[in-house]
Amino acid sequence: MELLNSMNSLKKLFALMIAASALLLSAAHAESEAPDDLIKRVSLEVLEIAKTDKQIQAGNQQRIMDVVQAKVIPYVDFQRMTTMAVGRFWREATPEQQAALTTEFRTLLIYTYSGAVTQIRNQRLDFKPMRGDMKEGEVEVRSMVLQARGEPIQLNYRLEKTSTGWKIYDVNILGAWLVETYKGSFATEIGKGGIDGLIKTLSERNKRLAAAPAKPPKL
Amino acid sequence: MKISLKKTARWCGAVMALVFSTGCATVPGGAHNERDPFERYNRSMYSFNKGLDNKVLKPVATVYADVLPDFFQTMVGNFFGNIGDVWTAANNFLQGKPRDGTTDVLRVVFNSTIGLGGLIDICSTAGLPKHEEDFGQTLGVWGVKSGPYVILPVFGSSTLRDSFAKPVDLIVDPVAQVNHVPTRNVARILRLVDDRAALLGTSDILDGAALDPYEFTRDAYLQRRQSRIRDGD
Repeated sequence: MELLNSMNSLKKLFALMIAASALLLSAAHAESEAPDDLIKRVSLEVLEIAKTDKQIQAGNQQRIMDVVQAKVIPYVDFQRMTTMAVGRFWREATPEQQAALTTEFRTLLIYTYSGAVTQIRNQRLDFKPMRGDMKEGEVEVRSMVLQARGEPIQLNYRLEKTSTGWKIYDVNILGAWLVETYKGSFATEIGKGGIDGLIKTLSERNKRLAAAPAKPPKL
Repeated sequence: MKISLKKTARWCGAVMALVFSTGCATVPGGAHNERDPFERYNRSMYSFNKGLDNKVLKPVATVYADVLPDFFQTMVGNFFGNIGDVWTAANNFLQGKPRDGTTDVLRVVFNSTIGLGGLIDICSTAGLPKHEEDFGQTLGVWGVKSGPYVILPVFGSSTLRDSFAKPVDLIVDPVAQVNHVPTRNVARILRLVDDRAALLGTSDILDGAALDPYEFTRDAYLQRRQSRIRDGD
């Protein structure tokens, strides 16, 4: 009887140890989550929420922005995206202008991404092997959005390794890199009205987007 | 097939001659304006297309999307997608990609039969994904440079190379082979409206994201086109 008891408690101890080590492992894993695992996890989370959340499907902008803020924003390096999109003009900008540019561009990208989230219905995701060497600190994670009709949509991400884990700094939609596409528009705006002109254009656009959120497709 | 092979061959020859001669004269890459020497013309054509879209195509497509059930729209898209796969298959073979070409042929065979005349895209679900290839991409694979950005009336974004390739796509288009004129016209309009309806959400997002929609569309299109020729690689 006593033997049985001690065996039972030994079993419990083992179970506890396994549970504890699993917990520790997952915590360690979160810190050093591989870039492809990160993209997979975050995109599947967003896809799942977008498919099940009635408020998002009805186009509740605040709700969408909250989800994007919580699930996606922590993994994006807006500073680097802005620096790259502004290009050679970045060094000419004052620290205040740089901060304003980053804030406005970040807001514009969040609105755009949120608009895309409202369009999600029955899409599925497919992942391709990632490109690059993780040891080099830069990789490209490649995915495909499979739709009810038409060719799959290519959706790739460039990530860099930072002290706080892997961060997205560029997105490729249908073969076009976001930063590269904005680079031309930014240069044109700066050519017309200087860096302040670009800041003004971005902030006016953001005000317009705040007033008229993206319309979800018919349910 | 109403058109003769001879006629198509003549077309191809003429197009090739023109594209090769212009292709060599243009410098790829570089500053954006270098790729858009026809910007003045392009911008006015862009406004024309935009006006046409705002006044006619978009309103019609919006009604179509609102009124018709989703499954119907999907079937329309699948049907035209299926007949389009024939030309995609041909282009994949022309580009030296027999594996993709074979996939496309299998898609047409299975979707046209088990998929009820192409109304259901059973192949995409079964893991034979759809490709989209046109003659412009084939020329690109053959080494013809894209040349400057060109906006075509109604068709929209293109390049010099692709505007010469477009007639080839139009001639071999299965819908163009339909002899009964009213049927052919209805099919063309239905396909156009359905394609536009599928893009309603996307075009709204693009309008929101772009500071200058003309420039944004151009810069994204040129990258996308180049990427498509390399099949995303």
